[in-house]
Amino acid sequence: MSLEFEKPLLELEGKIDELKKVAESGVDLTGVVRQLERKAEELKHSIYSNLSAWDRVQIARHEQRPKTLDYIRELFTGFHELHGDRHYADDAAVVAGLARFEGRAVLVVGHQKGKDTKENLLRNFGMPAPEGFRKAQRLFIMAQRFGLPIITFVDTSGAYPGIEAEERGQYEAIASSIALMTELTVPILTVVIGEGGSGGALGIAVGDRVLMLEHSVYSVISPEGCATILWRDASKAEQAAATLGLTSETLTKLGLVDEVIHEPLGGAHRDLSLTYKAVQMALSKHLEQLVKLAPDDLVQQRYDKYRAMGRVQREVKV
Amino acid sequence: MSIFDKFRKQKPRIDSSEGDAVPAKAPGSDLWVKCSGCGTAVYKKNFQENLKVCEKCGHHHKMTAQERVQQMCDEGSFFEWDSDVISMDPLEFGPEYLNKLQQDRAKTRLSDAVLTGKAKIEGLEVALGVMDFHFRGGSMGSAVGEKITAMMERALELGLPTVMITSSGGARMQEGMLSLMQMARTSAAVRRLNKAGLPYMCILTDPTTAGVAASFASLGDIILAEPGAIVGFSGARVIEQTIRQKLPPGFQTAEFYEKHGFVDKVVKRVELKRTAYELLSLLTRPLEVISES
Ligand SMILES: [Zn+2]
Repeated sequence: MSLEFEKPLLELEGKIDELKKVAESGVDLTGVVRQLERKAEELKHSIYSNLSAWDRVQIARHEQRPKTLDYIRELFTGFHELHGDRHYADDAAVVAGLARFEGRAVLVVGHQKGKDTKENLLRNFGMPAPEGFRKAQRLFIMAQRFGLPIITFVDTSGAYPGIEAEERGQYEAIASSIALMTELTVPILTVVIGEGGSGGALGIAVGDRVLMLEHSVYSVISPEGCATILWRDASKAEQAAATLGLTSETLTKLGLVDEVIHEPLGGAHRDLSLTYKAVQMALSKHLEQLVKLAPDDLVQQRYDKYRAMGRVQREVKV
Repeated sequence: MSIFDKFRKQKPRIDSSEGDAVPAKAPGSDLWVKCSGCGTAVYKKNFQENLKVCEKCGHHHKMTAQERVQQMCDEGSFFEWDSDVISMDPLEFGPEYLNKLQQDRAKTRLSDAVLTGKAKIEGLEVALGVMDFHFRGGSMGSAVGEKITAMMERALELGLPTVMITSSGGARMQEGMLSLMQMARTSAAVRRLNKAGLPYMCILTDPTTAGVAASFASLGDIILAEPGAIVGFSGARVIEQTIRQKLPPGFQTAEFYEKHGFVDKVVKRVELKRTAYELLSLLTRPLEVISES
């Protein structure tokens, strides 16, 4: 999958690869290749330093962008996935389990999107059913009981809109998940790794610290949905994306995101090991700070953090 | 400044017209309204006296926040809190959004889509929040979140039970992620009420969906709902588009959620005040021996 704005770069990179192959047969093209590589580097900089909100949405949804299970595999040891909400089913759109992060026992929970159609069908495109949120809640409570910090990865276009999901109380599952997270006595670290879609994202994202990968997006409604409502035209999604304030920079300015984790040039999918390293360092730093807090302070600070999220004024009546 | 400085007596805004019923187009039509449930023309005076419920089909039409206060509270007992808290334009949507807010403030005589305050229900003092769908579809932005959270914090301070009457299409898109965060903010406040042992009652009215359904509206110790109210997370149209099939009749109604275990009781509007009082009284005064007449 290639993104529209990446095409000139990908073409150039293709050309360089071709030339390198030709060079293998003994022709000396070192000079030309080096020149083109320099050009590619410049192009990369100019493309990626001017990304629009809509470009970010494309990167955030990129199939090759690392997903929750990639982070779990790379950053955690001894992961045991734990299944089911103990009431109805196991939701494959939400992955959860116990593992160690830098030696420390933790609970990991995250939305899981697929990297191809087959995997996406299995994971329902990372769109949780009520059981996904209830599995998370069951394990949040267990983590609290044993004093385990919680790390959540956010990557969903939203909670699944379906008949059965509504029947089994999608809204209640999200509400109780959010409410539970506001009062847990263990540290909660949240990383938005891809797409943060509305209530389905927030259902596992009420963190003491909310970190966001640079090109991730987090939005109250999808740009397509917003465009449909505002202008009755889903094709104006690009315009909607720009208005919704869904980028990591805007959300940091609004005080809703605590730290932006910088991505390798071109996005996380273009240099995986750099991405994993950056996420690990950020998690490590914040976790060190949070585990030092007494449970009461932790809960009070979390309350104060969310209490402060809002922009209102007192109306002056004339 | 004491919080009581913000108290203000609420003047009733009685919607003498039709709510969401359609005005009838017959001669002398200003005396009649057409029920949006069954289409029957109803004499306007009867319609008002009947709390905007159709006599014929029982359809519950939308009420203004002030009408709701009049219906639920003892006369003259309601004192408004935070009547001056208004939203800003954090994403710089521009004058269009600010003008719409201004228009709706003028139209509804509310600072935003919720009215909060202290009131008495059959003599029982409560903190009361009433959402009004006529203000931006009851959508929740910063001002709604602020007023509801502040109301619950005051209920905590004053040791009052809380009653929240909801009517909302969800988050307010124009306030972006700040709007989404109101779900966490209000839910955190509900949990404080829970911890303090103060009853929290939700009354779901038409419609209660998306971000409001998925936060404080579904966290009640007791959840009542008006007949026929639409409740749910995703909108019917979005679901139909996703699954490419028609939704079954009665889907996402109060009765549907009562059947599926998410609503304690569907209660007719006319019985709502008494029911709320009786349940709250059972929770707030469990040890008193009260003989009901
Ligand atoms: Zn009718």
